[in-house]
Amino acid sequence: MTTQAVEKYHNDFLKEVEKNVEMGHMVKMCMQCGVCSGSCPLGPAWEHPPQEIFMMIRAGKRDEVLTSDSMWMCTSCYNCIVRCPRELPITHIMHGLANYAHRLGIAPKQNPTRRFAQMFWKNITSTGRVNELKLSVGLYFMDGIASGIKKGLEMLPVGLGLMKTKRLDPMGMVSGHGCKGRADIQKMIKKATEIEDKRKGYAA
Amino acid sequence: MAKKEYSFYPGCSSERKASASNYMVSIESMCKTLDIKLNEIPDWNCCAASIGYAQGGELPRHTMNARNIALSEKNVGNQDIVATCAACWLGAKESQERINHDKTLFGDINNILGEIGLKYEGKQNIRHMVEVLIEDFGYDELKKPVKKPLEGIKIAGYVGCQTNRPFGVHGESFENPKYLDKLTETMGAEAVEKYDQKVTCCGGALAFSEPEKAYVQINKIIESAYDFGAEMIVTPCPVCQMNVEVYQDMINKKFNKKYKIPVVYYSQLMAVAYGASAKEAGLDGNVVRATRLEEIAAK
Amino acid sequence: MADMKVGAYICKGCGIGERLNVAQLVNIAQKEGKAPIAREHEFLCNASGVEMIKNDIANEGVNHVVIAACSRRAKAETFNFDNVAVNRTNLREGVIWVTPADDDKKEIVQEMAADYIRMGCAEVKKMEAPQANPNHGNNRRILVVGGGISGMTAALEASKTGYDVLLVEKTGALGGWAAKLWKRVPNREPYADPMDSGVDAMIQAVSGDKRITVHLNSTVTKTSGAPGQFSVDISKESGGTSTENVGAIIMASGFTQFDANKLSHYGYGKSANVVDQAGLEELAKKANGGAIKRADGKEVKSVVFVQCAGQRSPKEGELSYCSGHCCNTSIKQAMYFKDQNPGIDAMVMYTDLRTPGNGEDFYRSAQKKGVIFTKGWPKEVSASGELKFKDVILNEEVSTTPDLIVLATGQIANSGVNIDEVKQDEPGQWASTPQSVLNMVYRQGKDLPQLVHGFNDSHFICFPYETRRTGIYTCGPVRRPMDMAQAIEDATGATLKAIQAVENASLGRAAHPRSGDLSFPSFRKEGCTQCKRCTVECPFGAIDEDEQRFPVFNEGRCRRCGTCMGACPVRVISFENYSVETVATQIKAVDMPDQFDEKPRILVLACENDAYPALDMAAMNRIQYSAFTRVIPVRCLGSVNTNWVVESLNAGYDGVMLMGCQKGDNYQCHFVKGSELAHVRMSKIDDTLKGLSLEVERVQTYEVAITDIERAPKLINEMAETINKIGLSPLKF
Repeated sequence: MTTQAVEKYHNDFLKEVEKNVEMGHMVKMCMQCGVCSGSCPLGPAWEHPPQEIFMMIRAGKRDEVLTSDSMWMCTSCYNCIVRCPRELPITHIMHGLANYAHRLGIAPKQNPTRRFAQMFWKNITSTGRVNELKLSVGLYFMDGIASGIKKGLEMLPVGLGLMKTKRLDPMGMVSGHGCKGRADIQKMIKKATEIEDKRKGYAA
Repeated sequence: MAKKEYSFYPGCSSERKASASNYMVSIESMCKTLDIKLNEIPDWNCCAASIGYAQGGELPRHTMNARNIALSEKNVGNQDIVATCAACWLGAKESQERINHDKTLFGDINNILGEIGLKYEGKQNIRHMVEVLIEDFGYDELKKPVKKPLEGIKIAGYVGCQTNRPFGVHGESFENPKYLDKLTETMGAEAVEKYDQKVTCCGGALAFSEPEKAYVQINKIIESAYDFGAEMIVTPCPVCQMNVEVYQDMINKKFNKKYKIPVVYYSQLMAVAYGASAKEAGLDGNVVRATRLEEIAAK
Repeated sequence: MADMKVGAYICKGCGIGERLNVAQLVNIAQKEGKAPIAREHEFLCNASGVEMIKNDIANEGVNHVVIAACSRRAKAETFNFDNVAVNRTNLREGVIWVTPADDDKKEIVQEMAADYIRMGCAEVKKMEAPQANPNHGNNRRILVVGGGISGMTAALEASKTGYDVLLVEKTGALGGWAAKLWKRVPNREPYADPMDSGVDAMIQAVSGDKRITVHLNSTVTKTSGAPGQFSVDISKESGGTSTENVGAIIMASGFTQFDANKLSHYGYGKSANVVDQAGLEELAKKANGGAIKRADGKEVKSVVFVQCAGQRSPKEGELSYCSGHCCNTSIKQAMYFKDQNPGIDAMVMYTDLRTPGNGEDFYRSAQKKGVIFTKGWPKEVSASGELKFKDVILNEEVSTTPDLIVLATGQIANSGVNIDEVKQDEPGQWASTPQSVLNMVYRQGKDLPQLVHGFNDSHFICFPYETRRTGIYTCGPVRRPMDMAQAIEDATGATLKAIQAVENASLGRAAHPRSGDLSFPSFRKEGCTQCKRCTVECPFGAIDEDEQRFPVFNEGRCRRCGTCMGACPVRVISFENYSVETVATQIKAVDMPDQFDEKPRILVLACENDAYPALDMAAMNRIQYSAFTRVIPVRCLGSVNTNWVVESLNAGYDGVMLMGCQKGDNYQCHFVKGSELAHVRMSKIDDTLKGLSLEVERVQTYEVAITDIERAPKLINEMAETINKIGLSPLKF
């Protein structure tokens, strides 16, 4: 297939990434060696490994990049960062791209990591600290009650093991742990989000 | 040695009835022996972990960490901030580095924190507990209090990702860090030097969202430990500990294995070697019981 | 010359005294070696030892000295006596360090040492202290051919060092390619932006330099002579020739841009939006810092650079090699656009981006400026200017129609005539080949030999900046593809070599690699059969022929390798201190045990450049080899006369080993062709062996590198093993 690329390989999308994506200004510095792709523990799971993502950005493939679930495969192991000969903060760029796509509302809706991340953020910002039970239960039930029960049953031995060793609070759904300053935390998150949204142009 | 004091950021997983509560128990025992006083940051909050990026974005994430740092600066003062959790350490350190090198960000952060009566300066060192052990004590000093050397136990040092990358422990290589092996040997156990998955990623948070992919990773980590004759795995990270320990049954089913290998924290090894009971070392918190350590603790 | 008087001095230091019966060796030197003076010394290289020898030279008339001590590679200065022929008999590295100290081996080790004493005394009697070449020139002026960056650098460097320069430039102006550039690739921190080429300042400096005489619109139409005494004809385009004398020549004839018309599949010559790098420089010069416009006047808003256009290509008619500069040049040219207007899309499409040295910083700077780098393979450019390529990273076929496509084509050396291809009618009589650069009247051809791809390089490790014509040095892109920064460095190096050459020549001494050697070849004309082997085989084209086809030795061009000596079937070529006789007499001096003694003798002829040092280093590492071995160092395997091999077989040696340097395309031979010639000559030795009813395994030729510290002794031991199997030679008398 031949792509008509008169508009492609122009810098528009690269410039957008530079402006709005965490560490996006470093994308242009990639020298296409591929060490990142070879170093990623989940490499085979990426439809477009980081090296390719960088080239796609330069080739102006905006939709293909932002709707990709590739960045959502990042485990934050930072292997790519420490090995990159050009010292690109690859992990952060992948995080940034995922976040940008998510905030634009075009990231893959069903991607489990995306959904888990949403739940996680909600979980930590509501009390200031992680509630592991709520997080796990929420995770299992995110596809509905039936599949939730099935997954819950599958994972029951794990949960029971943790409860038995007092590493998971069976009362976690109702117990009121968290920060005292949770109102402060919510206030500051709200403000931080406002500033960032304004900067990056996601006017509410 | 004189008492050492640090500002302490324990993190969510170390709370009572949370997934790394036994880590915290062993840390307390270890610190008692080493005469370390940990001054907990009052009302600390979650670091947003690495997975916080997706919904949180940059500024909210840094704000979360900045609050902890500001709270420490306000309440504990000019002590190094020490974290036991790899993700907490990394999150706080990364935010501090970013904020301190970006004037706009620095301004934003103080603007935001100002609204809740806090001020960020970012002047304290943010350190992982293993850095404290290695740099402020050193292996020779750590060896002195050993009462029950962990003789004859072969241990694979699983360093994992986030204490190792991108910052790592000073003087260690990213590809083959040695400090965990050295700590193991300092406690009288035998480090499995050839263990070749010591910096492999366990899948991190993707163990929740993409479990099948994480199991492949965890399988590699455990298999290599068995291959090189380890009878136990030691780690400095709560996520590593949990992922490698609690999914063993799932992996046994999936890969037709018979794994049952204890995964302990370095602090648990140290607590036992320093003479703590099994309970004091948090060994009752291990899903796969570390019977060899329990035996030594019972002696 | 006074009568020969040999003094043999045997050192007991470094363990020689403990391992060997030195008194017996002194006795052998006197009785068998016929040395009137033979002395031992506890520590020959110390002041009293050297004083003892000097005293004998001054007061006893000793003029031939045998130093039986360490290797000739140690203490060379200490044992250097004016006007005295010196042999170095190697008892330390050659005997005691390579043999076991066991009592049961004492006898054969002592025999080894005794043989070396006999060989040393025999050799020294055939040697004369070399006297400098009397037929040397004193001209110190340097001819520079080519007035580009390389040539101007050479001229200025030579002038600054105090040498007069003749600069010959074919065109009507100095500056070469550099003068056609809008800007150059930066050569200093921070390597971030294109910078002024500096060529105007350089032209001014050359024009204003009193030591430099510039001939524009001129070419060299005849070159003859030797270092220190070259004669060159400089002809003007408009007619008129002057003959000048110079001491050394620097050839900086540069390169020609690959003809982009051969790349019609990339639209060159067909589409208005395709230029080569030189074409873009023209456009940029015309724009003079403003917006760059195509030839048809259209302002360029998007540009794609196609790297390796017609280069690194397996296609017939294209260049197979990388020209080295083009990646940085395209990066620079992309910056012409980005610096003028950051909104212009500039893309460099490459297969492998090669930005050596600080080019990496320049590359990063371009990335920061927003130049897009794409790993892609170009397919074609249509007449309408549509570029089709494969994005290799994204694995997809793409087409784009930028305003301008720049082809990064390569450099072709202006190296003149390929003397290996052009046939001669008569020696020195060449078919008319107008593209010759130097028009040399040398027996072997009118231009410099080429190494690969038409470049006048030589082996850079062994011959930095050199060619295979003594006193003539190449620099810049005629030597290998390169950029300005490299050309400047290259020209500076070549200038220093040229200066060395004129200085050595004025003292009648050899140039690199036997720099300073005073010996030179002479031949007995009455014995010569005019076979021409020496004139054909000399790796440096040093030997011409006279009307009767007798060799004419140009001593100044000679590198003293002895390849002519090895080639000569009638053995009439020799040096004062190195000849067929000096080696043959050593071969014969060995005390050959009879067949039933079970003491084989292995002769090793080892190249003094690599194999002999390797054996020395093996000795330093105490790696042992058979005590039945007798090693004779040779200047180059090319100097080995097959007669030596025949003589040694006749004398009863059981095995003969020739150790030389690597031959072939990646040769490491210090004299380029010596090792290769030796291998060719020795390939015919089997018939000789059969004629003598000897096994062919008895004579072997090896390539040995200086690093073969373990392998070289191993080869000797394998030969000993072979002899053990096939039995001793029946030719012992």
